[in-house]
Amino acid sequence: MKELLWLIPFLPFAGAFILITTGSRLSKKMVPVIGAGSVGLSALVTLLIGYNFISTSSASFHFTAWQWIDIAGLSPAFAFHLDPLSLIFIFVITFVGFLIHIYSAEFMADDDGYARFFAYLNLFVCSMLILVLADNLVLLYFGWEGVGLCSYLLIGFWYTEEKNGYAARKAFIVTRVGDTAMAIGLFMLFQNFHTLNIQEIAAQAPQLWVTGSNTALIIALLLLGGAVGKSAQLPLQTWLPDAMAGPSPVSALIHAATMVTAGVYLIARTHVIFELAPIAMLVVGIIGAATLVIAGFAALTQFDLKRVLAYSTISQIGYMFLALGVGAWSAAIFHFMIHAFFKALLFLAAGAVIMALHHEHDMFKMGGLKKKLPVIYWTFLIGAASLAALPIVTAGFYSKDQILWLTLAGENGNIWFFLMALLGAFVTSIYTFRMLFLTFFGKEKTHVSHVPGRGMNIPLLVLAGLSTLAGFIELPHSFGHLTIFSDFLSPVLPAVKVQEDFESIEWMIQLIAAGVAISGVYVAQMFYVIKPELSDELKSSAADLHKFWFSGWGFDGLYNFLFVRPFVFLASINKNDIIDKFYDGLVALANLFNRIFSFTQSGILRWYIMGIVIGGILLLSLGLING
Amino acid sequence: MQITFYIAGAIAVLSTMMVITRFNIIHALLYLVVSFLALATVFFILGAPFAAALEIIIYAGAIVVLIIFVIMMLNLKAEAVDEEKRWLTPQVWIGPAILSIILLGELIYIISSMETTGSIAQMVDAKAVGKSLYGEYILGVELSGMLLMAGIVGAYHLGRQKKKVIHRFLEDVEE
Amino acid sequence: MNEVQTVSGLLLAGILFVLGLVGVLIRRNIIFMLVSVEIMLNAAGLAFIVAGSKWAEPDGQVMFIFILTMAASEVSVGLALILQIYHQLKTLDGDAANKMRG
Repeated sequence: MKELLWLIPFLPFAGAFILITTGSRLSKKMVPVIGAGSVGLSALVTLLIGYNFISTSSASFHFTAWQWIDIAGLSPAFAFHLDPLSLIFIFVITFVGFLIHIYSAEFMADDDGYARFFAYLNLFVCSMLILVLADNLVLLYFGWEGVGLCSYLLIGFWYTEEKNGYAARKAFIVTRVGDTAMAIGLFMLFQNFHTLNIQEIAAQAPQLWVTGSNTALIIALLLLGGAVGKSAQLPLQTWLPDAMAGPSPVSALIHAATMVTAGVYLIARTHVIFELAPIAMLVVGIIGAATLVIAGFAALTQFDLKRVLAYSTISQIGYMFLALGVGAWSAAIFHFMIHAFFKALLFLAAGAVIMALHHEHDMFKMGGLKKKLPVIYWTFLIGAASLAALPIVTAGFYSKDQILWLTLAGENGNIWFFLMALLGAFVTSIYTFRMLFLTFFGKEKTHVSHVPGRGMNIPLLVLAGLSTLAGFIELPHSFGHLTIFSDFLSPVLPAVKVQEDFESIEWMIQLIAAGVAISGVYVAQMFYVIKPELSDELKSSAADLHKFWFSGWGFDGLYNFLFVRPFVFLASINKNDIIDKFYDGLVALANLFNRIFSFTQSGILRWYIMGIVIGGILLLSLGLING
Repeated sequence: MQITFYIAGAIAVLSTMMVITRFNIIHALLYLVVSFLALATVFFILGAPFAAALEIIIYAGAIVVLIIFVIMMLNLKAEAVDEEKRWLTPQVWIGPAILSIILLGELIYIISSMETTGSIAQMVDAKAVGKSLYGEYILGVELSGMLLMAGIVGAYHLGRQKKKVIHRFLEDVEE
Repeated sequence: MNEVQTVSGLLLAGILFVLGLVGVLIRRNIIFMLVSVEIMLNAAGLAFIVAGSKWAEPDGQVMFIFILTMAASEVSVGLALILQIYHQLKTLDGDAANKMRG
């Protein structure tokens, strides 16, 4: 069965290749068949391999396609490594990807770049699969850059509008900062291990370094830099809200479900190194905690439906980082999976809403859509409930609760992380339901022009089902105590040790979390349904704070001041290229000599004779002096 | 003998000075003929009668006549003299004159500091010259013949009054 | 007597040469320049005659004849050039023929 492993990334690649080469000549019906079909087949293969993998209870599947590079001891192969961690990732990527492809078939039907869109999307799926299946860090980096490229291409998909191109460049350049750090980290890893094979590094690292080693710390922080850039965490989070310029399915697939969680995957994949550098772990946790709170507050103030979701994504990935930071590896991956389901659902539903309202993004101009778009309302409600982690019925509750519990009770946890996470949960609940109430309740402000058809509804329903049911595979100790997911991952990711004195109060934590989520819903209802004037009052009384949060805590302005403007200033100084001045000088010198010598070429015969005379005098004088 | 040499030399120098300072070119040419005749005398005194004859025939005769022919062909008017006056201003000639005087001073210094061994001035007649010319210098004579030929062809070619043919690229530049 | 004549003959040649040079340098009229060149060539010939006379050899006069030949061809070609310049530029000003200036 493992011989088929290469098919998983190859199928989307083949789809992309066909669409790129023949896309303009294919009929409109064939494009989604190839685009979605290739990913669908890939998902099917994933299912087969996954079934085989679990039923044979293998530790890992390995498949080497070919030797990629072999030079001076660096010999990464084009090889795939399948273990429980990457199985979960490829499962999410192919399935969510497939659903989003189906959705896109209808969503993008009227777009001129129909084939181009599917080609990019297929290429993205292929790159992402290579990223998570790679058995060495070079191939991982290849996939890493591949998804970055596709992200750039898809954010700027509607390139005729300048600000979309700007957003695409911003995303590309900001993530490049992190990627550079990661590349340096890879160089250092190679210097230390003389290999970039992930399994070999994981096996050798504990022998090479003691816990708390400086080298491990530096490498871990550099890898973290890459993860932070890709996953839009503090301080490189500014690109994600602008990345919403891309089509909604892109936001759902790339900027919510898969690519932005590549950072989480990277840290989980190299967790051995992080475990050897406790300070780096702490930094991961702090970044996660700070990001989830900051992004949560920023989400509270946005008007644009998709920007709320973007900040919410940043915030949720913050939870994953927090989980990674306290060593709750499987909890982070669990939250990744659940988040992929419900965030993709929310983005797709938001896309449907936006499409139904003539590309209206402003939530304050929406409203009353509950009756008009019932399917979307109900699926959105399920997604929102899952995001807000409403207790018992939603998958989000189980994944987030696990993180909350482990930030407090895990051996690396502390009360501050827990309080931050709790605050984040409260804010999440408020902005989620603010979004829901503004969009679907109240008076109808914009006329619905387009009711989504089956192609869009089915993926929404499937994702809504997953957002609810997927949570039940991992139940907390206090009730059910089901650990299918973490058991499945345990060969790759070690289980977190729980401090014993907290065991008895787990139910209390769950109660608090549930209470916080429900009170958030109540607050949102208070402000936006029962007394809408309250929110306006609040907004005007804290206008500055509102503005500050609305701009994403002013990070864009700060970076603009710190980096963009000095750079533009330097560029404008160097507009005429300082290095060229040297060569200009040579030219000027040559011109000067030319002028001097051409002055002697006056064309007047007597001048020349005069020259001869002076020369004669000089020669004679010389002869006289010497002789 | 010596007196005649100095008188002839003085006449040559004075008439040459008159040549280079005249405004009217015909006057200048007359002084030039005088200068050539004086030099011919000097040649004779120095014992070179053949050279003296050639000086008179070719320089004072042929070359001056040639120049006069050209002047006649150019058909210069009285304005030409005024033009010469305008052209020959002190600021034009002072610089070159100073340079030339320096050169002259150096020449005089070199010549007068020469060590000379005494020898008697002997007449070298046309026969000796002719023998030498068609003996050891026969190659030089042939080369001179070719030079004269080239001079004739060149003068004919350059002196021809042909219709002005302008290259098509230069048509716009010319008036 | 002879020594005096040799030295003064060469001095005369030098003086005439420099006078010719002055003529070339200060006159703008190309006919005058040509005439001055003739004077310079003549002075050079004189120097050869003086040298030949000193050694009582015919070589000096042979050289004078070569110079004469050269002067004759020079003057014919030079006059043809003067005709052309006058024809083209309608002037005898040597400075006017400066189209080749840098």
